[in-house]
Amino acid sequence: MTLEENTLDNLVSETEVQIKNTNGLHMRPAMQFVDAANRFECDITVSNDQASVDGKSIMQMTMLAATAGSKLKITARGPDAEQAVNVLRELVEEKNFNEKAPKARKKN
Amino acid sequence: MKLADFVCLDAIIPELKAHSRDDAIVELVTALDKAGKLGKNNCQKIIKAVVKRENQATTGMGKGIALPHVQHLVVKDVVAAVGQSSSGIDFTALDKQLVYSVILLVSPADNPDKHLQAMESIFRHLQSDRFRSFLRQSQTAEQIKDLLMEADANPVLKQ
Repeated sequence: MTLEENTLDNLVSETEVQIKNTNGLHMRPAMQFVDAANRFECDITVSNDQASVDGKSIMQMTMLAATAGSKLKITARGPDAEQAVNVLRELVEEKNFNEKAPKARKKN
Repeated sequence: MKLADFVCLDAIIPELKAHSRDDAIVELVTALDKAGKLGKNNCQKIIKAVVKRENQATTGMGKGIALPHVQHLVVKDVVAAVGQSSSGIDFTALDKQLVYSVILLVSPADNPDKHLQAMESIFRHLQSDRFRSFLRQSQTAEQIKDLLMEADANPVLKQ
C-alpha cells in the first residue's frame, strides 16, 4: 500500500447546490442524479438539514423530499471526488435536471 | 406526512388480479375511483396518465416495490392505493426483479411539494426491510391497514 493510493482514496470534494426546477427532486430527477453518481467510483453523500443519504441510492435520494428552492450538500469521497461533484452540481444547478426552471415567482 | 394522510383505506388490494403492469395500474386506479377519490369520469384519464408516466421511466425501484404515480389536476389532495401480488408483476424494475408491492399515487398537479412529501413518507417506510417483508406477507386488507398504522405510529429513525 503506497501513501499515494491512500491519499487518493481520501480525496474529498464538497459543494452546496440549490434545487431550482419547479417540481423539486421528484423521482425522475432523483434517478438522473443517481445514474450520474453511479458513474463515479467515489462515495457520494447528499444531505439537507435533517438527513444524510447515499447519493447512489434512488430510494434514499427520494427520501430527501427536496422541494424547489431547497439546498443540498453533496459530499464525495474517493479518487474521482472532484469530477463527481462538478458533474452533479452541473446537473442540479445548470441543467435543472433538463426540466423547467420556475417562473419568476412561485405560486402560493 | 403520515401514510394515513393519503393512503385510501378503501383502495387496499391484498391480492391483485392483475398479472401485468398496466392491468395492475387499471386495478388500483379503479379502486381509488370506486372509493370516490378521483371525482367524476376521471378514471380513464388517470389510468392513461399513469401508464404514460410509467412508459417514460419505470417506477419499479427495486426490492419488489413499484410506485406508479402521476401529478394531475383532477385531484385536490394526494391519494394512494396499495396492491399486493403474490406471484409478482413485471415492471421492468431497476433491479430487473418482479414487483410484489405496488403503491399507486395520484398527486395534485399544482402542489409539487406535497407530492414530494408523500413520496418521502412512502420511501421512509419502504427503506425498512421489516416494513417491506410485513407488507409482502399481508394477506388481508386489514393486515395492510394495521401495518400502515403501525408504521405511522413508529416512524423509522432518520439516518
